[in-house]
Amino acid sequence: MALTLNLNGNTHEVDAEPGTPLLWVIRDELKLTGTKFGCGVASCGACTVHLNGEPVRSCQTFIEDIEDAEITTIEAVGDDKIGAAIQQAWVELDVVQCGYCQSGQVMSAVGLLSENPKPSVQEIDEYMSGNACRCATYQRIRAGIQRASEILEA
Amino acid sequence: MTINTSRRGFLKSAAAAAAVLLVGTRPDGALAAASSETAQFNPFVKIDADGTVTAIVKHFEKGQGPATGLPTLIAEEIGLTMDQIEYEFAPSDPNVYNNLLFGPFQGTGGSTAMANSWMQYRQAGAAAREMLINAAAQSWGVDASAITIEDGIVKAGDKSAPIAEFVAAASQLEAPAEPRLKDPSEFRLIGNETVRRKDSAIKGNGQAMYAMDVHLTNQMIAMIKRPESKGGIALGFDDSASKEVKGFLSAAVLPNQAGVAVYAENTWAAIQAREALEVEWDMSGAETRDSDQIKAEIMAALDAAPTYNVNKADVAAVSAAIEGADKVIEKTFYFPLLAHAPMEPLNCTIEQTADGDIVLHDGAQMPTGPHMAYQQIFQLPPEKIHIKTMLAGGSFGRRATPDADYQVEAALAFVVTDRARPVKLVWTREDDIRSGYYRPAFGHKVRVGLDTQGRILGWQHQVAGQSIMKGTAFEAFAVHDGVDHSSIEGIADSPYNIPGIALGLTDTPKATSVLWWRSVGHTHTAYTMETMMDLVAEAAGLDPVEFRLAHLSDTSNPDQQRKAAVLKLAAEKADWGKALEGRSQGVAVHKSFGSYAAEVVEVSGDPENGIKIEKVTCAVDCGIAVNPDVVRAQMEGGIGYGIGHVMRDQITLTGGAVDQFNFPDYEPLRIGDIAAIDVHIVPSAEAPTGVGEPGTPPSAPALANAINALSGVHVAQLPMEENGISFT
Repeated sequence: MALTLNLNGNTHEVDAEPGTPLLWVIRDELKLTGTKFGCGVASCGACTVHLNGEPVRSCQTFIEDIEDAEITTIEAVGDDKIGAAIQQAWVELDVVQCGYCQSGQVMSAVGLLSENPKPSVQEIDEYMSGNACRCATYQRIRAGIQRASEILEA
Repeated sequence: MTINTSRRGFLKSAAAAAAVLLVGTRPDGALAAASSETAQFNPFVKIDADGTVTAIVKHFEKGQGPATGLPTLIAEEIGLTMDQIEYEFAPSDPNVYNNLLFGPFQGTGGSTAMANSWMQYRQAGAAAREMLINAAAQSWGVDASAITIEDGIVKAGDKSAPIAEFVAAASQLEAPAEPRLKDPSEFRLIGNETVRRKDSAIKGNGQAMYAMDVHLTNQMIAMIKRPESKGGIALGFDDSASKEVKGFLSAAVLPNQAGVAVYAENTWAAIQAREALEVEWDMSGAETRDSDQIKAEIMAALDAAPTYNVNKADVAAVSAAIEGADKVIEKTFYFPLLAHAPMEPLNCTIEQTADGDIVLHDGAQMPTGPHMAYQQIFQLPPEKIHIKTMLAGGSFGRRATPDADYQVEAALAFVVTDRARPVKLVWTREDDIRSGYYRPAFGHKVRVGLDTQGRILGWQHQVAGQSIMKGTAFEAFAVHDGVDHSSIEGIADSPYNIPGIALGLTDTPKATSVLWWRSVGHTHTAYTMETMMDLVAEAAGLDPVEFRLAHLSDTSNPDQQRKAAVLKLAAEKADWGKALEGRSQGVAVHKSFGSYAAEVVEVSGDPENGIKIEKVTCAVDCGIAVNPDVVRAQMEGGIGYGIGHVMRDQITLTGGAVDQFNFPDYEPLRIGDIAAIDVHIVPSAEAPTGVGEPGTPPSAPALANAINALSGVHVAQLPMEENGISFT
C-alpha cells in the first residue's frame, strides 16, 4: 500500500505492505538507522520512536495504523530542547557503552521528561523499565535523566 | 602570489601536499614510519598534512572503551588534547594489528585490549612526537631538547607552531628506535577523570554506525532457517508460501546443509519469507537430550573420581584431613547454560568487488578468524580479503567464536548466489537465543574440613562441565596435560593461601555449542569459591572479611596484598558490618584477567516476598586506570551482567531444542533491579590489566552471600529465581 509518513518534519511517500512494522520502514526504506532492531517483540525498547510525542515501540507499530501521525526518530529528537538536554547529559556523564540500545533509551527518557519534568528515582525506574541495556548502563541512565532535568530547570 | 621555482621549494610543497606521517611497527615489532598513505605500511598513528591526528585502533569497540583508551595513549605521548585526536578501526592484518598476547592473531578478548596495547601505542605516539620535534629542531635551528609539544602546539622559547607545520618534514625522518616515553608524573590524560569517551555523542544521537546499519547498494537480506535442534541437516525445502511474501527473492540450502538461506529485498520480507518456508530436515544426527539429562551427567561426574588431578594434590591426604576434621562443610553447585544476548543481533554484510576481492562489514571481534576462514571458502590469498570493522552492539564473548560461525554462515549464504549483489546476513533475537553458543553448564562439589580453631585443614574441589577450548584452534593455547584451564581458572590458582586444596576436573560430553561468556570460567569458579568462603567463615564463627584477610596475610606476596587491598577498600566504602536496619551485606573478592575486584552487595526484603538489591560497592585494582571513568563504567556493567543472569536467566533444552525464544523468557537485567552501584579504583603504578570482565565474577557470589546473611538461604543451584528466591 502507498502511504504518506510525517516523519521528523518531512513527508515521505512509502510503499509497504499492511502489517509492516514501522521499524522496518524507517530503517530499510528511509535508511534512518538510528532506530534499532533489538528483539522485534516490544521487549527491549531499542526501536523506540515518538508517535505524536509519545514513545512507542516501532517494531510493534504497524504502518496502516499511523497515517497522519507525527513521527519523530532519534535523528531529530535533539531539535527539541528536552531531547537536546538528554543528549547533553548523556555526553556529560558518558552514559553509553556499546550504545546499541541508547537511541531507544534517549527516546524514552525524552518521553518521561516531557510528561514529568522532575521525576523521582522510582518514577524513572518505572518509566524506563521497558528499555533493556545489556551493558547495564542503568545507573548512568538514571543520573542522565536527573542531569537533563537540572539542565532544563536552569 | 609568489611562485616558488626553486627545486627545494618545489619538493617541500609537493611533500606538504601529500604529507602524511604514519607511525607504527613492522611485523618484527620495530618502530617504523612512512610518509604516504600508499606506502605498504599499516600504522598506529596517522597525522595528515593539516595536523589531524588519527589513532588506528586494532581492537573493536563493543562498549568496553578501546576507541577512547588507545587514542588516549597516543594523545598523551604526542602531547595533544583528546579533542585533537580521532580514531579509525584498523584493517585486518595479523602481522601488525595482532593482539600481542595472542600471537599472530588479531582479536579482542580476555580483557587484554589495554594490557597488550599499553606500551605499543605509547611507543608509537612517542615516536611521532620525537619526529615532529626533530623536524621543528631542524626548521627552527633549535636543539630538540628545548622543544615541547603541549595541546598540539610545538614550542621552543618564543617560537610556537601547530604540529601541522612539521608533518611534511617529520614524514621524511626515520622513526627513532627507542623513543622516550613520558614518566607517569608527566601524564595529563592517562588517569585523568575528566577524559570523556570518544563515542558518546554519536551513540546518543543515532549517528553511530553498527554493522546492522550497513546498507550497500543493491544488497539482499539473508536469513537462515535452522533446525529446531543443533545438528539437523537440511535436505530440501518448499518455498511456495514464501513466494507470497512481497520482496522475497529466493531460497537455497547452505553448502554445509546446516540450514536454508532465505533472500529478500528487505529485512521484514526476509523475516516473513523465512517464517513461511517449509524445510525437510534429517534430524537423525541432531541433539536430542534435555538439559535435565545434561545436569544429571554433570552431577554424576562430581560423585565419581575426577579425570584430572589439576594441581597434582595428594588427594588421599586431603581426604583424610577432611575426614578427621572437627567440622566439614559440603556443598554442590550447578550453573546452567547461559546465552550472551548482545543488544545488536548478530549480522554482517559481504560483497565482492569488481577486482574479485571479498569485503566483509562486521563488528569484528577477531578479524583473523573470518579472514582465515574466507581464504578457504573463497580460495583467495589473504590480500584479496578485506574486513571493515564497524562498531559492535555488545558481545560478551559471542562475537569471538573460534570457528567464526556467523561470518562463515554469511559467506556460505553468499557463495551460493551469483555474487552480483551484496548479502547482509541478519539474525533475529530468536536466532540469537535459540541458535547460539552458550556458557557451558558446570557443576562444582566442594568439601572443606575445619579444625577446632576454625582453620582450614583440607579443601576438596571437584569440577565437571563441557570444555570450551578442546577441539578448537585455541586448544594448544589453553589446554595443558588434558586440563582446559578455562574450566578451573580462579580456584587453585587463586591468591588465597588455602592449605590442602585438591582440585579435580572431569570433562562432560558435548552438550551443545559452548563459548566463553564474560569472564569465562570465573563465572562459576568465583561463585563457588566466594560463597564457600562465606559458609566456611560462618562455620568458623568468623567475620567474612576478616576470614578472607586471614588467607591473604602474606605481606611478601604482592598478589595477596593487592587482593587484600581491594577487599579492605570495598569493605570500608560499603561501611561493612554497619548495614541499615532490615538490610544485610554480602562480600566477594576475586582476581581475574590480572585485575582484582571486591564487591559488597547490600540487600533488603526476604526471599519469599522479594529481595531488593539496594547497593553494590566495588573496589578494583587494574593497575594504572588509563581512563578511570571507563574503568568505573566497566565495573558497573560487569556487576549488572553478573547479577542479572544469576537472578533469573538460564537456557534449557527439551529434546535438544532450546526452550527460550526471546527476551520475554530470557529476561535481561532491568533498570530497577539494582538501586545503586558505587565504584572505587585503587591507585596503582602497575601496568594496566583488564577491566571488561573482572567486575563480573564477584558480583553474583556477593549477592548470594548477602541473601544468605539476610535469610539463611544459601543458593547453590542457579538461577536464583528457580531456586527459591524472588526479587523486587
